[in-house]
Amino acid sequence: MLFSFIRENFRTHRLHLIPALLVGVLLLLGAGDDSARIDRIGHQLMCVCGCNQVLLECNHVGCSYSTRMRDELTAAVTRSDSDNNVVQWFIQTYGTTVLTVPTDHGFSRVAWIMPYLALILGIGLVVLIVAVWKKRPLVAHASMPTAVRGVELDRFRDQARRETEL
Amino acid sequence: MAELGSFVLLLALALSGYSFLVGLIALIRKQPGSERLSETARRAGIASFGAVFVGAVVLVTSAFRNDFSISYILHHSNRDLPLPYKFATLWSGQEGSLLFWSLLLSGYGLVLRLRHKTDVRLFAHASVVIAAVQVFFLLLLNFAAKPFAVIQGSVPPDGNGLNPLLQYPEMVIHPPMLYLGYVGFTVPFAFALGALAMKYPGEKWIYITRRWTMVTWGFLTCGVFLGAHWAYSVLGWGGYWGWDPVENASLMPWLVGTAFLHSVMMQEKRGMLKTWNMWLVFGTFWLAILGTFLTRSGIISSVHAFAQSSIGDWFFWFLIVSLGTFTFFFIKNRSHLRSEHKLESLISRESSFLFNNLLFVLACFTVLWGTWFPKISELAQSKKVTVGAAFYNKVTIPVALLLLLLTAVGPLLAWRKTSFESLKRNFLWPSLGALAVGIVLVGLGVKPWNDVSYFYALVAAMLAALVAFTVISEFIRGGRVISGHTGENLAASMVRLWHRNTRRYGGYIVHFGVALVFIGILGTPFNDSKEKPMGFGDKMALGPYTLLSRSSTQEENANYSTDLAIIQVFKGDKQIDTLYPESRYYTASQQQQHVPAIRSTLKEDLYVVFEGKDPDTGYPIIKAHLNPMVSWIWIGLIVMVFGTILSLVPNAAPMRATVRESDEARVPAHAAPVGAGD
Repeated sequence: MLFSFIRENFRTHRLHLIPALLVGVLLLLGAGDDSARIDRIGHQLMCVCGCNQVLLECNHVGCSYSTRMRDELTAAVTRSDSDNNVVQWFIQTYGTTVLTVPTDHGFSRVAWIMPYLALILGIGLVVLIVAVWKKRPLVAHASMPTAVRGVELDRFRDQARRETEL
Repeated sequence: MAELGSFVLLLALALSGYSFLVGLIALIRKQPGSERLSETARRAGIASFGAVFVGAVVLVTSAFRNDFSISYILHHSNRDLPLPYKFATLWSGQEGSLLFWSLLLSGYGLVLRLRHKTDVRLFAHASVVIAAVQVFFLLLLNFAAKPFAVIQGSVPPDGNGLNPLLQYPEMVIHPPMLYLGYVGFTVPFAFALGALAMKYPGEKWIYITRRWTMVTWGFLTCGVFLGAHWAYSVLGWGGYWGWDPVENASLMPWLVGTAFLHSVMMQEKRGMLKTWNMWLVFGTFWLAILGTFLTRSGIISSVHAFAQSSIGDWFFWFLIVSLGTFTFFFIKNRSHLRSEHKLESLISRESSFLFNNLLFVLACFTVLWGTWFPKISELAQSKKVTVGAAFYNKVTIPVALLLLLLTAVGPLLAWRKTSFESLKRNFLWPSLGALAVGIVLVGLGVKPWNDVSYFYALVAAMLAALVAFTVISEFIRGGRVISGHTGENLAASMVRLWHRNTRRYGGYIVHFGVALVFIGILGTPFNDSKEKPMGFGDKMALGPYTLLSRSSTQEENANYSTDLAIIQVFKGDKQIDTLYPESRYYTASQQQQHVPAIRSTLKEDLYVVFEGKDPDTGYPIIKAHLNPMVSWIWIGLIVMVFGTILSLVPNAAPMRATVRESDEARVPAHAAPVGAGD
């Protein structure tokens, strides 16, 4: 019953075009997806010509690397390899310097940890310094005047102004 | 000419060597007659400037005369090079730039030695330190990197030309600014080491060096930002900062120098952080030399680096010797650096300076770490890695935002202790203003929950607004007080306020400039770009603009030939501009170079690059970038330089409150001097 209904409509209402339309849409979506992947992965890779630029941003005139590498990237993405596989292929082909940043495992992780570790240690150090300084006695002056007046008073006024002027 | 140049450099070495050795002996001997000996050392130091100056003149003259028998001129100039770039030949290559460094150092030394009467003994110590550094650079020039080396065999009819990247007007300004900054930090270092070595009593050396430090910092700031502008205008990738090792090398001393400029106030006002300041001065000098080592040793690869050479070893040992010397005197005389006051509260100006210093030094450490990590990785795991912009952006942005917060908060905290009432009074309106800016931006479509870069941009905008509002409110608040006492209008009162304490209010203007720079940077996440081959009549839409290709053409002059695209820019239906992106081929150096065309407005930059030609159609490949807010970075720089100049103006004499008769009853008898601070 259902099948006959579909078959009938398939003929009369040109519903046979729908699968073709769906394939077309999927292809277009796939193409869009590929370009997004190329953009994403291409920004994780460096051009290896020595220009120190991200692969997709290398604008060296006549750069012999970036054009080839972009083609390789497009080919790898079209093969539908996973992002990780594509990146690994580039690492195997060009070495670890092809990545724009150190990886998050092995010794390379130290690159990421160190700045944050330094921040934590630094804050700890400043807090410690503040705590110690708050308890620290002042440097003793040998001849502290008992009463302040005249020129001495002016000197202290100047000092007070200096200490509060900034 | 080459013989004359070589001779004067040898003479300069002899004079500097004399100035150093005899000056040192005079300081150590402390016997009658030492003063006269010291005076001869001072005069030798002055004379060394003359010798180095003649050397520099000889090199520039050789460039103008196309004397290609000198190897340096052969490799960095050519007959058709425009005259300003022939002048810039002086700092365009390894040897010439070292000569330029030496010239600037001897120039700074000249000024210092001429001003010796300010404090003869302290200046004598500083003069010896400068002479020692000068001897190092002159040794390099005489034995390792000779600018007057003559080529063997027949002289070629023309030179190899100047690197195309350097053929840009800013190259006549940017390197001198950067070098003035790098070299200039030798002077505060010389005073610091001198003061440490002689156990200089009091903080007078800090007052003496303050102006030097600010001038030097101003030059370095200009140098760093002009470098960014040069990269933006010349390299053609659409950005201004790529975290290249050479860029990092200029940033590191700037960060530590900025930390010193702040913490030195604690020593001046409160006699605190003496040890820390010593190390910051030394660190700034040392990092400037380290940056030079990085760019000239070939140890770290960079597109901007000079050719690899053996002088890296020289710099390495100089770094070790300078560190050893400073450490020796620090250990020997550290008891002299005891602090005179204690910290009274966590919420105080002192604390804000501590955290400010922590963040500046941490930022410097992060940049240093990232710059060296490829080398460290190579040593640790025999595997080189790249540390690109993504790394720096991720780890430095939070630190930069915290610094921006402190830029807003720090200046409004009182010395010693800040009350809650004072905090509320100072921060209420600026904070509400910053909050309003944030709400408006979210309303305009900046959704911080969509992307972390949008979140950072929003926070940066709010903090930049907070800085701007606190600076404005400080000027208005101080101006009103003065206006109340003098009866002048608010603008005149604010000028008077600045003149009462130029460093403080000049510093505020520098902070305002920093806020503008951040506003410029925060546009980055919203950058957009498109690329396509454009034949006659082809269009490209980007943001509010439509680019229409009218034609492409070729031109030629003696120095280069160029492919030129003619691109009309439309906004809606109205043509607003015509841009001419170029791709040049320099004849002498046989190198190609893009010259982007930039239409700059306060809202955004339209940045168009001639990327090359489509191999199939021959059409120019045009890449267009839309970079929001970039202009604010350069405006921020101008404001920062303006603020620095204002802070260098001497203060007006302290002014007591002048009380008009009619106000006498209202003003309390114990009123503080106007503009006297928080």
